[in-house]
Amino acid sequence: MTLNLWAVAGIALVGLATFSLGFRSSRLASTTQDFLVARRTVRSRRNAAAVSGEYLSAASFLGVAGLVLKDGADALWYPIGFTAGYLALMLFVAAPLRRSGAYTLPDFCEARLGSRGLRGLSTGFVVLIGMLYLVPQLQGAGMTLHQVLPSAPTWVGAAVVAVVVIVNVFGGGMRAITVVQAFQYWLKLFAIAAPTFVMCALFIGDGGVRGLDATGLSEPLPPRFTSAAVVRVETDVVVRVDESVRPWASGRIDNAPANGHSYWSAGTTHTVEQGTELRFAAGESVPVVEGAPTDNQSWLRPVSGSGDLLTTYSLILALFLGTMGLPHVLVRFYTNPDGRAARRTTLHVLLLLSLFYVFPMLIGALSRVYTPELLVTGTTDAAALALPMKIAPGLLGQILGAVTAAGAFAAFLSTSGGLVVSVAGVLYTDWLKRWFRDFRLASGIAGGVPLALALVLKQGDISMSIGMTFALGASTFCPVLVLGIWWRKITWIGAAAGMVIGGGLVLAALGVTIFSRFTGDWAPEYLQQPALVTVPVAFLAVVIMSKATQSRIPADTNRIRMRMHAPDRLGFIRDRDIARFGSAADRTRLANGRHRR
Amino acid sequence: MSGGREDTAPAARPRRKRVVLADSRAPVTVLRTVIELEEQTSWAEEVVRGFIRTQFWTAVRLAGIVVVVFGSLPLVFFLVPELSEVSVAGVSLPWLLLGVMPFPLLFGVGYWYNVLAERHERDFVDMVEK
Repeated sequence: MTLNLWAVAGIALVGLATFSLGFRSSRLASTTQDFLVARRTVRSRRNAAAVSGEYLSAASFLGVAGLVLKDGADALWYPIGFTAGYLALMLFVAAPLRRSGAYTLPDFCEARLGSRGLRGLSTGFVVLIGMLYLVPQLQGAGMTLHQVLPSAPTWVGAAVVAVVVIVNVFGGGMRAITVVQAFQYWLKLFAIAAPTFVMCALFIGDGGVRGLDATGLSEPLPPRFTSAAVVRVETDVVVRVDESVRPWASGRIDNAPANGHSYWSAGTTHTVEQGTELRFAAGESVPVVEGAPTDNQSWLRPVSGSGDLLTTYSLILALFLGTMGLPHVLVRFYTNPDGRAARRTTLHVLLLLSLFYVFPMLIGALSRVYTPELLVTGTTDAAALALPMKIAPGLLGQILGAVTAAGAFAAFLSTSGGLVVSVAGVLYTDWLKRWFRDFRLASGIAGGVPLALALVLKQGDISMSIGMTFALGASTFCPVLVLGIWWRKITWIGAAAGMVIGGGLVLAALGVTIFSRFTGDWAPEYLQQPALVTVPVAFLAVVIMSKATQSRIPADTNRIRMRMHAPDRLGFIRDRDIARFGSAADRTRLANGRHRR
Repeated sequence: MSGGREDTAPAARPRRKRVVLADSRAPVTVLRTVIELEEQTSWAEEVVRGFIRTQFWTAVRLAGIVVVVFGSLPLVFFLVPELSEVSVAGVSLPWLLLGVMPFPLLFGVGYWYNVLAERHERDFVDMVEK
């Protein structure tokens, strides 16, 4: 892809809009009172847009389309899981968590189980989950900028997003103000919906699959290049050839220098080394990166083996239960005035997310026809960015590409901003406050460490690395939250045991996977998604250890349980700031509605 | 965001306040039962425990619907691979089942839970107020 000035301008505009909007609204609500109390009069519809805006990350915007392009039907579980996580959150957590008055996960652990030690442990896991979630966001930003500005190496985009976010947090410009995040949702929806509509219209106008001379999406044949393609391999890759091709190559293939035409016969695999350039003529079939379905028929078909079946179940479990362990999502629920509003917000979120996910799926399917060259290198996350230029070369494609690139940057900025703020908040109040009076150090750490990790670690598929973070959330906080809310007999020792064992298992799997990625990808596939084992183990650990330590049940358990579950009308809700500043309704009346944001 | 709250709160200007002896809007009975709930008498404990149980099983049942539907899909696709040859309106059936069907289902279940949970809460408040 050549330099796209429109896209660079779009990205700059999104960054500027985010910064100025956040800066302006943070000035309007500048005191602690405004900040804490006024926020809780936000209507559930806008709040839901804000939750969705913060939640729709690079994994949703780019990752889903990329995985649909590569894995086909099996990848559809990602959008399902990303949405269904909110249903689980709503059914088991939303209202009671809101009524408990806890602001963060460590707050909840301490309030419910009364243990400073457990608070420290959960702080550790919040920081870990937040940072792990940030790494693929930053890597995605690097990839996006590299697509738009081919001369920029991948670390530039990651550094730009990290710096913009950290500077914003320094200046108080990204205090997760509701209106900014809500704006981000609608921006992202527009940035993916509008290009998708135009591209679908162009696709139909081209005469569909037949008019393009592409492989039909249900035919048992590999996809074909619709025009001559040049593929530059940037990390070593193994490709599988389903139908013989004659690529022109310059570089190293199969441990031998290659220069000129070579012949790859059907059914072989080839290792293409970094820096190699491959050229394919129009109409040739596409060699596909190892591990992905090669022909369109198997791409279309879900679950092709028993290994696939278990991986799918593991993924479903992780995504369904992992959402409630994401720190930046839970913080948002505190903005609701009461438990009932928290439930309604979640319902709206389900609607907004369902609306959004239609489009990445369509883009993924379209790019199977138009941009199959991404399958050669396996960098399918670029699908949503590369597609517009292929489908409409010229000005229209540049503008569409600019819109998607800007939307992708909105995704990186809002999610990373929310994560850095919530991780820094937890880091500061629980660990650093004792020694440093400076919140900025905490945000520097919360943004800087993930940046370093993003530069060091090899890039996998965005959505898959996100899947690991969800597995970590599902194996640590999900058991503690669900059992803490619904089970009377949980003790802090049980909760700590569940977190340590569940989290430890996921981290071990993650460590092995990363290590194997540097040493030749030998790790079995189920280690990439261990939730099927770790989540039940974590639940069991909490139950068994709690049963063994029944004398440690906190004395005020019944009172806390009543506060969490009693209907809001009875007025048991106790917030730290209602006690301090008066109820939300009072404040609104006093402020003449100025803070009804 | 959550740091330094105490330090940054400026001293609020004293405001004129309306002082009333009793708020006529709140029925006296509510006050009495709420106090009883707050004091954790054995009656209150039993009532609250029953209410929590109702809410919990409602959530579990609705989650069960989703788990059964989504849990059976991969197994069905695995056992009946011919399903992907069926196509409805030009789109293969598994893609409709995975790409379109789940979202209305999720929203529907969420909506239903919302209705049920709010009804239980109303019932609980009515019972307590009696």
